[in-house]
Amino acid sequence: MSSTAFARSRFGSRFGPALLGFGTLVGLIALMQGLIYFGVLNEFIVPYPIDIFRAFERIIVEEHVFDRFLLTLQECVTAAVLLAIFGISIGAILYKVDLLRRATETWVAAAAAAPTVLMYPLFLVIFGRSAWTIIMMGFIAGLPAVILKTIEGLSGTRRVLINVGRSFNLTHWQIFWKIQLPSALPTIFTGFKLGLIFALINVVGVEFLINFGGLGQLINDLAERYDLAGTYAAICFVILVSVLFFMVVERIERWLTRAV
Amino acid sequence: MSVAPTTVASVSAAPSEAGGAADNILVVKDVTKRFPTPDGSVLAVDDVSMAVRQGEFVSVIGPSGCGKSTLFNVVGGLLTEYEGRVAVAGQPIKGPHASVGMVFQEESTFPWRTVIENVAFPLELEGMAKAKRHEKARHFINMVGLGGFENRYPNELSGGMRQRVSLARTLASEPKILLMDEPFAALDEQTRLLLGDKVLQIQQQLKQTTMLITHNITEAVQLSDRIFVMTYRPGKIKRVVEIDLPRPRTSEVVGSDAFGHYVAQIWADLREEASRGMTDDESRRSNTGTRRK
Repeated sequence: MSSTAFARSRFGSRFGPALLGFGTLVGLIALMQGLIYFGVLNEFIVPYPIDIFRAFERIIVEEHVFDRFLLTLQECVTAAVLLAIFGISIGAILYKVDLLRRATETWVAAAAAAPTVLMYPLFLVIFGRSAWTIIMMGFIAGLPAVILKTIEGLSGTRRVLINVGRSFNLTHWQIFWKIQLPSALPTIFTGFKLGLIFALINVVGVEFLINFGGLGQLINDLAERYDLAGTYAAICFVILVSVLFFMVVERIERWLTRAV
Repeated sequence: MSVAPTTVASVSAAPSEAGGAADNILVVKDVTKRFPTPDGSVLAVDDVSMAVRQGEFVSVIGPSGCGKSTLFNVVGGLLTEYEGRVAVAGQPIKGPHASVGMVFQEESTFPWRTVIENVAFPLELEGMAKAKRHEKARHFINMVGLGGFENRYPNELSGGMRQRVSLARTLASEPKILLMDEPFAALDEQTRLLLGDKVLQIQQQLKQTTMLITHNITEAVQLSDRIFVMTYRPGKIKRVVEIDLPRPRTSEVVGSDAFGHYVAQIWADLREEASRGMTDDESRRSNTGTRRK
């Protein structure tokens, strides 16, 4: 069967993308193995993929990676909940209060590009060496993206849809809740996903920096012990957190926005 | 068909007093609307008066920029700052009102709701139970000929079907007056004629008082009992044309002699106004160009 015929078949259209993705991953791993084997990559900097694979057992049994995985996941979920609550609310308030919006929008946009992770000593002073420092760092890093996209989404509601609401004599609150918010959801979700990327990077980064918490701390420990295979295996778990997270968020997005 | 067209002077369209005769469900009296602009205020609608009888289908026709949509927004309550008076069933209204249902020119279905959820929207606002509102929504969906599409989303429908969803949604709120602002403007001519049939059918079935804002003469003659022809800016009622074509009507009426007479008569009035509009538009563009230079 040719590749085109396979892609058109029912099996191909359903499982084709997943198979192609998996095949690419296996191919890349094999390529890495080859590059290290032939000395193109230094095995003392990049370990053999097979060694990383073997290290999984060790970090699961000896380093309790699942407990750390759950801790990092928990921190990310908390940061995400805070982002959804405060990011969307602040965005909605700024959209509604024009003066406030014009006064702060440039600052919020600037904050989106700022390396907030450098502020971790301040957060350590405020929250102590605790999970809350990590969560708040993640939250602060993701906040500007959610705020900006919420404002953009709400401002982008088509005038005619608002007029439909007005023609049915809806109150301002009803127009916001029943028309503007659903209409803005796709844009808000774009901001939310962007915010989550920043949050996740910062959560793991701060765990690494303050040597506290879940996978970030484990990566720090393993790197300091020069257990490179273990370090890369732990990084694979960080990727797993990210994948799980985005799968859940995409499900929620699909459920909320459906055909928008 | 050989029905002789008759024209009635605009005087007869004006209500004698607010509230008017008992069968006048909509009364627009001396409505004037100005819009502030950087170059001073622009008079969009000037001293417009009209009275619409219960169950009547009227159209307001005029060239682009004559204030048709302004009038639509005034009667629908979306514009509240104006001079004059609008009354529905004797009650003065200022602001959106449940007795006036609006269908807009632009596509206005809610893309996140299915057809049935769109149509049930006004019923949901009334707090009606889901089963009951869906049953009622189905009735209006069938009325506009969209039975079987209840669970589709607007992005799965054609432009004409979406406009029918908007129409069904407005009808579901059971307004005393249905206001439509060029609802079929974005559709092709054949679809427009067929949807005109559907609107006629619904109007005859519900005895729905309807005001259509349009710039399409064929559409206005096909659907209306009376047509208010407006002047170019500032928008005034230039003439009222009584359409004496038999009812029930279908799009087949388009082929009749009487239809042709009405179209020619209205075009004669509109042509002068449309020319004024075009000249005005060109001179404004040329002034803008000169200023830029």
